[in-house]
Amino acid sequence: MLKILKYSFYDLMRSRWSYVYFAFYLLLGIVLLFLNNDLSKAVITLMNVIIILVPLIGTIFGVMYYYNSKEFTELLLAQPLKRSSIFLGQYLGVAISLSMSLILGLGLPFVFYGLFESSAIWDFSLLLITGTFLTLIFTALAFNIALSNENKIKGFGYAILLWLFLAVIYDGIFLLVLIGFEEYPLDKVSLIGTMLNPIDLSRTLILLKLDISALLGYTGAIFKQFFGTNYGLIVSFIALSLWVIVPVLRIVYKSKKKDF
Amino acid sequence: MVTIQNLRKKFGKNQVLSGLDLSFGAGGIFAILGPNGSGKTTLIKSVLGMVIPDKGEITVLGKNITKNSDYRHQIDYLPQIANFPSNLKVKELIKMIKDLRKSTKEDERLIELFKLTPFLDKKLGQLSGGTKQKVNLVLTFMFDSPIIILDEPTSGLDPISMLRLKDLIQVEKEKGKTILITSHIMSFVEEISDEIVFILEGKIYFKGTITELKTKTNQPDFEHAIASILTDNHA
Amino acid sequence: MKKLVVFMCVILMTGPIIAQTLEVCKTCAITSVQAAIIQAKAFDTIVVKKGVYKEHNLNVDKPLTIIGRNQPVIDGELKGEIITIISDNVTIDGLMIKNVGTSYTSDYAAIRVKRSKNFTIQNVVLEKLFFGIYVERSSDGKILNNKIIGDAVEEYNSGNGIQLWYSKNIQIENNTVQHVRDGIYLEFSDFCTIKNNLSSLNVRYGLHFMFSNDDVYEDNVFSNNGAGVAVMFSKRIKMYNNLFKDNWGTASYGMLLKEINDAEIIGNTFHDNTIGISIEGSNRIIYKHNNFRNNGWAIKVRGACYTNTFTENNFLYNSFDIAYNSNVNDNTFDRNYWSSYTGYDLNKNGIGDIPYRPVKLFSYIVNRTPETIILLRSMFIDIIDFSEKVSPVFTPDDLLDNNPLMKKAIW
Repeated sequence: MLKILKYSFYDLMRSRWSYVYFAFYLLLGIVLLFLNNDLSKAVITLMNVIIILVPLIGTIFGVMYYYNSKEFTELLLAQPLKRSSIFLGQYLGVAISLSMSLILGLGLPFVFYGLFESSAIWDFSLLLITGTFLTLIFTALAFNIALSNENKIKGFGYAILLWLFLAVIYDGIFLLVLIGFEEYPLDKVSLIGTMLNPIDLSRTLILLKLDISALLGYTGAIFKQFFGTNYGLIVSFIALSLWVIVPVLRIVYKSKKKDF
Repeated sequence: MVTIQNLRKKFGKNQVLSGLDLSFGAGGIFAILGPNGSGKTTLIKSVLGMVIPDKGEITVLGKNITKNSDYRHQIDYLPQIANFPSNLKVKELIKMIKDLRKSTKEDERLIELFKLTPFLDKKLGQLSGGTKQKVNLVLTFMFDSPIIILDEPTSGLDPISMLRLKDLIQVEKEKGKTILITSHIMSFVEEISDEIVFILEGKIYFKGTITELKTKTNQPDFEHAIASILTDNHA
Repeated sequence: MKKLVVFMCVILMTGPIIAQTLEVCKTCAITSVQAAIIQAKAFDTIVVKKGVYKEHNLNVDKPLTIIGRNQPVIDGELKGEIITIISDNVTIDGLMIKNVGTSYTSDYAAIRVKRSKNFTIQNVVLEKLFFGIYVERSSDGKILNNKIIGDAVEEYNSGNGIQLWYSKNIQIENNTVQHVRDGIYLEFSDFCTIKNNLSSLNVRYGLHFMFSNDDVYEDNVFSNNGAGVAVMFSKRIKMYNNLFKDNWGTASYGMLLKEINDAEIIGNTFHDNTIGISIEGSNRIIYKHNNFRNNGWAIKVRGACYTNTFTENNFLYNSFDIAYNSNVNDNTFDRNYWSSYTGYDLNKNGIGDIPYRPVKLFSYIVNRTPETIILLRSMFIDIIDFSEKVSPVFTPDDLLDNNPLMKKAIW
């Protein structure tokens, strides 16, 4: 698997898309920090970018890579290699190169800005960790979609739909449900609703840092326990890990059954 | 070397292989023939483990292939459409495949044979179809495995390379290897194969030498023999 | 000059004769504070030397100065009230008082001042207390440099650090009050000054006003209290340059204003509070030059609030700047800096060219269904906030800052 990972990674590092992605983050970081000069504001803007853009790029990139390297995959399949290691290797190659673009692209401007002396380093690290998680999750979801759809156009369509659903539509439905059932106790429902969407989950994790005071304004005991203690942080990270593990397991399962 | 029992595979509603039994002994060149969609490639891919059969058992060198992937060390495979990662250079691809399988010196001789030296530093995306096929051949023949599977090996090759390929196949045969070939070029098949396997509607219609086939169909030459099978069964 | 010399001589000569100094220590003639108070005459000074004195119910019924040398301890052994001042002109200085009795029927205090004038309580340390300093129906007193550290956990069985009841002209300065119910509590007390105090970690409020008018509090720090400062049913309170921070928790706030009229809130900083200021039924209040930073809600307005003005305040990175529960507005916002303002300033006059709407649709939704707070900063919420901004339906459409500042207000 490590060999496949290595070659996928090298392959991607050569593709100009990795550089576009990297350059985009680099530019974003520089613009946010050096034109804005306000770290708190920069962190908030970054959060919006990470929550929305990272999943989108992860999905599109994952699907694109899968379809583009189909022939290569077939070449590999004829070699004495385990199927799971081929696909996991490719998956990790994509996910790691995307994560690296993200971490380096955003990290470098912040390091030059003097982040290490700033108290915002924890907020910022949390942003990068969440961003990495989202990359891992959405690349895995993209591979799942691609593995299940031979048709490239369909695959792309589903991938975009998935992103749109999780980034926007889900929250709309979620909000309607909460307002519709406002007479009922909702704190459990809303926490579970958050866990079921990796974008919401990451958003909540970052809110724990940025907006903890607002979150504590609600009187529900479950909310209070969740947000007021480390409990929320731990549960969120476990849920995020599950969001990585489950799709990855499905990649392994699906790839074993698939004909090429 | 390879035995296949009751192999069945359905793609959607399309029953491609319907209870196919076949075995190849050690040594010899076997041509797998059949009309388009008869299941040739599916058969080969099943042996390679790329297609998962619905039913049936395949053993290679006495081992069931569903157990693990190591048996593929014993097989060299030339895929039908050679499409490689376009960012890689030819040199890097060869190095990579060696890295993934095992080290060999054979590649240098093959590169020389197919006159690929000027292309080594080119990216695979920039190569013509014929050149890609040559690279494909190098990748296949550089490992000295007892079983060789060639899916349409002649496509895109110039006449000289074709000759070299034939020589190459003969040399490998001399070493006592089992070689499976699919091809649409009847003259090529007739020239090199020891035995042919004819697949029709997912089953073995015929297995034997070309002489036997001619006798069976009462046709004077190979091409007509094949044509007569097709007309008899579809007319 | 001559007069002064004569005056000094008179003081020096008559002092020892009229005002006597009594010493209390384990080996002195007088071994208890109680005995010293009884023996002392008016205007005498009692010096209590280092040691532990197990006494309670000390009635100071004449003008005395009681000074502790090297912080002697008066230990009430949880038996009840410790010092009760019922005379004018009493000074208590440098004592450490602990173990006040707890009762559900009477409010035992470490030091109680009853119907007295011109008292001074300073440099006193209070520990293990029920009520700390309890001033009732008194006036013209000073409470300075005291340290009150309680161990309150629940509201119902704890008392307040400093409590004023029907008192006037009291000066409360440089005190530290922690771990009591209300740090400082004023009820029916007017013209008091509360300055430079630190009131933190209290179970209920850092500072609490009830029916008290014309008081000033300035340069105080209120942090980590159950709920910051509560100003209720009072008039003309001036609140200057205080710091309200880390008042976190459900329904917690930096400051609560309830039925307050004609107050001035100037130069204060509110940061990391669940709610910066929670306002109910308060009118004609001037909010100026305040900083609101990283609060859940900078300002939450409930109920009828009229003719309040908010000018030149900084609203920085609050989850919500203003929450409103009605769509009628009679308050003015002008020349504030809002960190979430996204407008532009083409004529470069430092004032944004398009008005800012501090009330978001989402804050209205959260008011209705609090659980929706979990969707904070979601893209969907941004979209609906944007559409509300374009055409307000649920939020007051005249609630605007027409002159939002492009840079932080500096004063």
